[in-house]
Amino acid sequence: MQFGFDEHQLEFRAQLRAFAEKECPPGALREAWASPLGWSRPRYEALAEMGVVGLTVPEEHGGMGLGLVDLVGLLEEAGRAGLPEPLVETTALGVPVLVQAPGAQGEVLRARWLEAVATGAAAIAVGTASMPAVPGAQGADLLLLEREGELHAVPAAGVVLTPRPVLDGSRRLAKVDWEPSPATLVVSGFEAEGFVTALEDRAAMGTGAVLVGVADRLISMAALYAGQRSQFGKPIGSFQAVKHHLVNALVRVEFARPVVYRAAWSLSEGDPDARLHASMAKAMASEAATVAARTALQVHGAIGYTWEHDLHLWMKRAWALAAAWGDAAAHRARVLEILVGRRA
Amino acid sequence: MDLRFTPEQDRFRAEARGWLEANAPSASKGTGPLPSLDTAAGFEAHRAWERTMFEAGWSVVSWPVEYGGRGAGLWEWLIFEEEYYRAGAPTRVGQNGIFLLAPTLFEFGTAEQRARYLLPMASGEEVWCQGWSEPDAGSDLAAIRSRATRSPAQSDTWVLNGQKTWCSRGAFAHWIFGLFRSDPVAERHRGLTYFLVPMNSPGVTVRPIAQLDGETGFAEVFFEDVEVPAAQVLGQVGEGWRVAMATAGSERGLSLRSPARYTEAAARLVELYRRTARADGDRDRGRAVRCADNVARAVIDAEAYRLHTYWTATRLVAGAGVGPEASMNKLFWSETDLLVHTTALALLGSEAEMLDQEGRPSPWLDGFLFALAGPIYAGTNEIQRNVVAERVLGLPRG
Repeated sequence: MQFGFDEHQLEFRAQLRAFAEKECPPGALREAWASPLGWSRPRYEALAEMGVVGLTVPEEHGGMGLGLVDLVGLLEEAGRAGLPEPLVETTALGVPVLVQAPGAQGEVLRARWLEAVATGAAAIAVGTASMPAVPGAQGADLLLLEREGELHAVPAAGVVLTPRPVLDGSRRLAKVDWEPSPATLVVSGFEAEGFVTALEDRAAMGTGAVLVGVADRLISMAALYAGQRSQFGKPIGSFQAVKHHLVNALVRVEFARPVVYRAAWSLSEGDPDARLHASMAKAMASEAATVAARTALQVHGAIGYTWEHDLHLWMKRAWALAAAWGDAAAHRARVLEILVGRRA
Repeated sequence: MDLRFTPEQDRFRAEARGWLEANAPSASKGTGPLPSLDTAAGFEAHRAWERTMFEAGWSVVSWPVEYGGRGAGLWEWLIFEEEYYRAGAPTRVGQNGIFLLAPTLFEFGTAEQRARYLLPMASGEEVWCQGWSEPDAGSDLAAIRSRATRSPAQSDTWVLNGQKTWCSRGAFAHWIFGLFRSDPVAERHRGLTYFLVPMNSPGVTVRPIAQLDGETGFAEVFFEDVEVPAAQVLGQVGEGWRVAMATAGSERGLSLRSPARYTEAAARLVELYRRTARADGDRDRGRAVRCADNVARAVIDAEAYRLHTYWTATRLVAGAGVGPEASMNKLFWSETDLLVHTTALALLGSEAEMLDQEGRPSPWLDGFLFALAGPIYAGTNEIQRNVVAERVLGLPRG
């Protein structure tokens, strides 16, 4: 039993934190909000240069050849920094589909896309059948789309997008119109079901990791503010009402974190309980981020309610991602369904 | 990262499971459950069980062999705890000594003290209670007024006076460990000394206090010119606060609250949910549906506590220490315990309040009453939140 990260993983994570502090301060996030893509191509390429984007791409295709345990801490850092680049979609969701795609089509897809991902030339978006709009569709070069029991890989040229504006300005959702064809088919039938289930589980874990980072950032911002803002002649952070709010949120984050890490391990090991673990992770992380957002706003008071203050950049991310890929209640329902079904 | 136990650890688990299945008192074997440990008969029955465990080497697996343990590591201790709760084995009557005092004895005790106290503690021969709270010193523990003075007649003897309260197991315990004010003029955290005192010392009076369940689970303990040899001071004179806080860390953090307690209770909660959902004659068919979300919350929180403990244990095995995060543990396990039990009572509906023929609460009701104490003892959750806010988040003191 060794439930911790190794030196390389910690070092990589520290590198990404330093990069994000320099390359993605709140001002850069606001620029992303105002840009057509919602994220920055040059920053995406720099992240690829570091090895982050191509982390899960096999080495023979120019990637790092690493797994979800190596990725989970990086996604947490991405959430902490508010990085808007599509790392969950590309690195956690899309690349493993391409790596596992069977047959000649798999060979074609790998040859066409994996190196492009590793160099930062290509980004991936994922849309399952139950999603009304696809996140990150506008910036995606390749879209992995599910329809009628089939999973397809459709290049950007093959789709028509109808943008669906959302509250978080760094997210670009679009309704995607496209025609399935034998040339785009990746898997169908039982096999497609397995691919989509695995996609959902990786999405729950990966989004959960980002949410933990977002929640951590929200609490840090609120704690910092509570130490600086004075009322009644002392910092508001010295009042127990404020302290206890913040600690309640912190505790939710602190205990969500290992559940997310465990999900990453179970998914990368193919543990039979991986789906259960992924749902536990998303349930904990969604709840933690929602509580952190609510608490951080209350601690900031009116200043946190303004567009000018940076708090909303993370708060809106928390709300969006807490609901994405199943909210906390949906994942709790799945956890109970699995547990009750298991021993019946 | 590797979340698998080693083959040796799996063997250790199998051995513990086999022994507990064969020996732990149980209803199916007609040997259990034991009567409540807060009755005279139950106390003795629980001591006998401690003796049985001790003789088979399972009482204190993580202690050195010379003190009755197996010299097992932290992982083995966690595995043993998982098996202990899985087997539904009795509450440890010696837990105040084994889990709270012993770590302090290992850290601050002299060789003579360890030799004197640890073996009888491990065997259940001597059961310890804790003497910290006083009528006017609860959350504000450093306000204690019970005092220790040097005997005018013998320089190596201390004389204790004052009153301790809420001493768990105090009604039947053989020894008490407690804090006394040895320097009335020093700063209030500095003038304290940690004493080990036999409950049968002349001048000690015990007044049992009935708890919510009607049994005398704790007691007030009065000290009137109680003479204690200097050899029964634990740590240095005047260092009692520091020594006591080491014990407090144990109580809030890893040692008293192994995750197995919550994961096992959560597993039973899922069983209760399944039975409730299937109950044909249930006049309130929507109950399980209404409770489902909280059942899932309780299960996930219990699992989160287990994983967080494994995360911490990995760091401890690598040589790190436990800091103020122990206070986060305490907040989380105490609230998880309450969630598990309030949800169980909600599932039981109108059956929840019922007592058995002997007037005893059901295991779920009993567990609920016990869980209610969690946010109060070992430092109230409000105090823990202050500790976390100041020492983890860096907020200013109030």
